[in-house]
Amino acid sequence: MDFVRNLPAISILACMFAAIISSGLPRRAARFLNYVLIAAVGGMSLMCLAYVMNIQGSVVYVMGKFPAPWGNEIRFGVLECLMALFFSVVMFLAVLGGRHKMRDEVAKGKEFLYYVLIDLLFSSLLALVYTNDIFTAYVFVEINTIAAAGLIVIRENGRTIEAGVRYMVMSLMGSGLLLAGIMIMYDVTGHLLMSNIKEAVDQIISSGEYYIPVIVAIALMTTGLCIKSALFPFHSWLPDAYGYSTVSSAAVLSSLVSKGYIFLLIKLFYRVVGFEVISNSHILRIMFVFGLIAMISGSVSAIKQSDIRRMIAFSSVAQIGYIYMGFGMGTEAGMIASIYHIMSHAATKSMLFISAIGLTDVSRGSRDFKDLTGAALRNKVAGVGFLVGSLSMVGIPLFSGFISKLQFMNAAVDLSLQKMLPSLIVLGISTILNAVYFMKTVIRIYTPVTKVEGGMEELTVMEGERIGINGVVHEEDRITFRKQILYGTVIILFILLNIILGVFSNEIITMIRMGLEMFA
Amino acid sequence: MGPNLLANYSEAVAFILFVIGFANLLLQKNLIKKIIGLNIMDSGLYLFLAAKGYITGRVAPIVVDGVQSVEAYINPVPSGLVLTGIVVSVSVTAFMLALTVRLYKRYHTLNLDEISMWLNKEGR
Repeated sequence: MDFVRNLPAISILACMFAAIISSGLPRRAARFLNYVLIAAVGGMSLMCLAYVMNIQGSVVYVMGKFPAPWGNEIRFGVLECLMALFFSVVMFLAVLGGRHKMRDEVAKGKEFLYYVLIDLLFSSLLALVYTNDIFTAYVFVEINTIAAAGLIVIRENGRTIEAGVRYMVMSLMGSGLLLAGIMIMYDVTGHLLMSNIKEAVDQIISSGEYYIPVIVAIALMTTGLCIKSALFPFHSWLPDAYGYSTVSSAAVLSSLVSKGYIFLLIKLFYRVVGFEVISNSHILRIMFVFGLIAMISGSVSAIKQSDIRRMIAFSSVAQIGYIYMGFGMGTEAGMIASIYHIMSHAATKSMLFISAIGLTDVSRGSRDFKDLTGAALRNKVAGVGFLVGSLSMVGIPLFSGFISKLQFMNAAVDLSLQKMLPSLIVLGISTILNAVYFMKTVIRIYTPVTKVEGGMEELTVMEGERIGINGVVHEEDRITFRKQILYGTVIILFILLNIILGVFSNEIITMIRMGLEMFA
Repeated sequence: MGPNLLANYSEAVAFILFVIGFANLLLQKNLIKKIIGLNIMDSGLYLFLAAKGYITGRVAPIVVDGVQSVEAYINPVPSGLVLTGIVVSVSVTAFMLALTVRLYKRYHTLNLDEISMWLNKEGR
């Protein structure tokens, strides 16, 4: 047996052990360990990816000595390895990009806990990606929830603790439903391993007996995961949690945590029940409708915000809606578009959060729009990062957001008329709404502020736009690239990642398609 | 429906408990009551699983007196799942309680809506 087969298990265990060790380490050592760990996991995922691309099939790795119907398994194909690799890249950049803010955001003496939580979160994400056992998935969903809530509340103020409580309440309802679904599924099929459940489900579907319990179980699990990944009616915790936690937390939560649950949902669809069963039931239609509503309502709420972080957070609601709309289409093309959008959104949203912090830093820490005028000119790197993120979100060619919109459109055209029209119309409207709030912000941050003679009061260059005394420019606020080499490099890497996703989209989509074939 | 429901009364009770707990977790304003709801919900689920694993007239799968027939024992897997689940729910409860203590120290109330009101008043 090749050694590479051990790597997924090793990467999960390494993260857990790193979390345990970090809890006894000083701040710097914990931080170093965290960086090394994420880089190492990225390398291991890359090796696994090369391996499964080479053998053209997925690998089942038995944990412990018990064979298939009883034991615990890890299974990895192209899609899993691709996701693990991508998650580690985004995680690395997100953690690195928020590093300079750590001193202000996390209480002194508690920084090492931050890295413990990141390690734990990463291990649970990897486990969600790799596991082939449905109950293991549940346990790691809970670990993920606790770690994510910890990342929200580690910046201690009233807002974050309240957001953490709201997040926990929502998540616990979600995991309660997930567990109920898993239990009914176990009850009906008698298995916990995904592949074995699928065989049993196929028999049940063909015999017609116990069809309703199976559908109820699927519906419960789907609802649970939808709640946890903040699909539209369940997003009340999201703006506060993303808006007031530390910047790395916001980037990691928006781009990775919800995506872990969504990946588990894809796994449920393909590996546990089979996609035909799902698409013949009505579950996908409900997801489709809620996805569409989320796309509109998230964008509308984002337009109303006057706080840049909360605006980006509401934009996440809309983007999650895109992903669920892709699921709801019920075709393979829709699924591929959704998976590509998971990656595109993860890369873009974390970049937006990281650049937003650079912009607020040069506006005396204020996140309000009227203070952000000209911020991109005071911190050029952050401005470019925000610009690229916005362009990608709106869907300008060359960036990843364009490809995902194109994929969604392509997938929508092949649908029946009653699904095609709403999805095309809502995609169009949502794109316009995206453009409204992102371009509004971009114009705002690129509007120079000039001094008016004799007084503190200042005016923008744009004629007639009066911004009041809030736009005072302090020369010391200006930050050049040299003063923030690490931060600037992270932004540039994010931009590169986005462009790579956009330019090499064909290769990535081929890999996703291959991965989906190996998935079932 | 009727006879099946009677035969599976423990599952029915389990799901009634689940719904009671779920509704409390969702609708209560008091944080402690929310946490109690969470525990009722989880207990309902564990009851369901334990009831599913039990087969009337059989014993736990511990080999005594050399009886090795499968017919003598219940299914041990659900019991293992229940134990795992209990560990998970204990840690989640502890975490929620810790957050509740933090909020209470800061705002001197357990009502989540009142806390939100305070936050809006603070304006940040």
